[in-house]
Amino acid sequence: MRAVITVVGRDKVGILAKVSSICAENNVNVIEVSQSILQDMFCMIMLTDVSECSVPFTEFAENLAKQGEEQNLSIRAMHEDVFNSMHRI
Amino acid sequence: MINTRDILETISMIQEENLDIRTITMGISLLDCCHSDIDTACTRVYDKITRKAEKLVKTGEDIEKEFGIPIIHKRISVTPISMIYASCGGDPVKFARTLEKASQAVGVNFLGGYSALVQKGFAAGDIELIRSIPEALSVTDHICSSVNIGSTKAGINMDAVKLMGEIVKETAEVTADRDCIGAAKLVVFCNAPDDNPFMAGAFHGAGEPDCVINVGVSGPGVVRAALAKNSDCDITGVADIIKKTAFKITRMGQLVASEASKRLDVPFGIVDLSLAPTPAVGDSVAHILEEMGLEQCGTHGTTAALALLNDAVKKGGVMASSHVGGLSGAFIPVTEDAGMINAARSGSLIIEKLEAMTAVCSVGLDMIVVPGDISPATISAIIADEAAIGMVNSKTTAVRLIPAIGKKVGEELNFGGLLGSGPVMAINEKSSEKFIARGGRIPAPIQSLKN
Repeated sequence: MRAVITVVGRDKVGILAKVSSICAENNVNVIEVSQSILQDMFCMIMLTDVSECSVPFTEFAENLAKQGEEQNLSIRAMHEDVFNSMHRI
Repeated sequence: MINTRDILETISMIQEENLDIRTITMGISLLDCCHSDIDTACTRVYDKITRKAEKLVKTGEDIEKEFGIPIIHKRISVTPISMIYASCGGDPVKFARTLEKASQAVGVNFLGGYSALVQKGFAAGDIELIRSIPEALSVTDHICSSVNIGSTKAGINMDAVKLMGEIVKETAEVTADRDCIGAAKLVVFCNAPDDNPFMAGAFHGAGEPDCVINVGVSGPGVVRAALAKNSDCDITGVADIIKKTAFKITRMGQLVASEASKRLDVPFGIVDLSLAPTPAVGDSVAHILEEMGLEQCGTHGTTAALALLNDAVKKGGVMASSHVGGLSGAFIPVTEDAGMINAARSGSLIIEKLEAMTAVCSVGLDMIVVPGDISPATISAIIADEAAIGMVNSKTTAVRLIPAIGKKVGEELNFGGLLGSGPVMAINEKSSEKFIARGGRIPAPIQSLKN
């Protein structure tokens, strides 16, 4: 299964490193990364492969959200199908 | 990879615009639970519900976490209890208590189906069940009740209309100490759908399979936000924006419905394409109408704006789901919609305007607080008016009035949660007593003869 991780918040040093190290710790492979700045806000989108994830996916998503909150970032990991079904016919 | 803008759009719909799946509703047939002994029948009902819905709440929560889409309620609808009660007799409230126990055991938010279908007349058990509704709703917390008193095919059962006026009043009276909440869980239908996942009117129709998953979506905030981004387009443009947004919302519903159906190994029934508001700021159908250019909901133009909204929601949603059903359209429950509450408080929205709006929206006079001294005959007359609109226009209409016992126009009731709060609205004081006392049936209209 593939998941999309989105990170939104104020830009600062080390966001990408932080999120990718959480991915690595949980054996989640990062396939693609794109990032941009929208009105001062840092937006990063990662496409990841979570099929080999070492913990259940819901736990991984909760962990990301929690770590994000500590740094004032909104981090969400969502099943890729959500975006595919909403935006592709 | 998926377009960045699309991903951010989805995220902001969920985070800022209150996009959610309102409910996953499991429909369970109880027809195989009939027994001549009421206690045996109740045991069978309890066993079947707890067996079928054992994993419903857990599955809903798993999908919510995995997909990142809020799923607000998990609910159950069952075969109208009057059909099960018919074979045993006794005290029908036993069934209500059994359903309450079962709903608590599986942890659902609501269970609907303490219902009777009497559009053409009363069958065995129907009258007893209807008379037990006030007690059933006062001794339970999660049970919802509905009675279908008319249809385009059958006409309107005016004896049932008369009876329901009394029952609505009595239900409010016996729950007067809890803001009359009993009446908020009781709805009177014309043309009730068999597969509606929304409360209080959900029940599992006789033609439905043994067990089925129906999903109700929500998302008025998303539609309003989409319109706000395009504030200068003409009305054709407005309809197009609503259609596109409804398509996206419904795709979420379809995804959740098919996933829930797969995980629970229960067939997928329908997605109900309704725009269901909540009292939360930014989740209001009235605010969509205001975004179109009305100063406040209820003013002249409201019916036209609502007709456009209701139609565009259906057109956008219908292609997004493989099976569409239930009520499907825009809801206008007054106490559950922040914009409607404000409009009712300011006097811009009155009950007569709401009645006109129900001719073009998906349901009817919904969650309207009326003065506590309203007579049962007046409630019956309001039900008859509403049923007539449904019967003639071949659409579902419903009445969910809450007589605010001991309160007058201007005072308020507060139910909390999704049911919200609202002011007591004025009604026409002239009597309808004699009209209602006549009883009998309004014959089915000529448009019922389609064969």
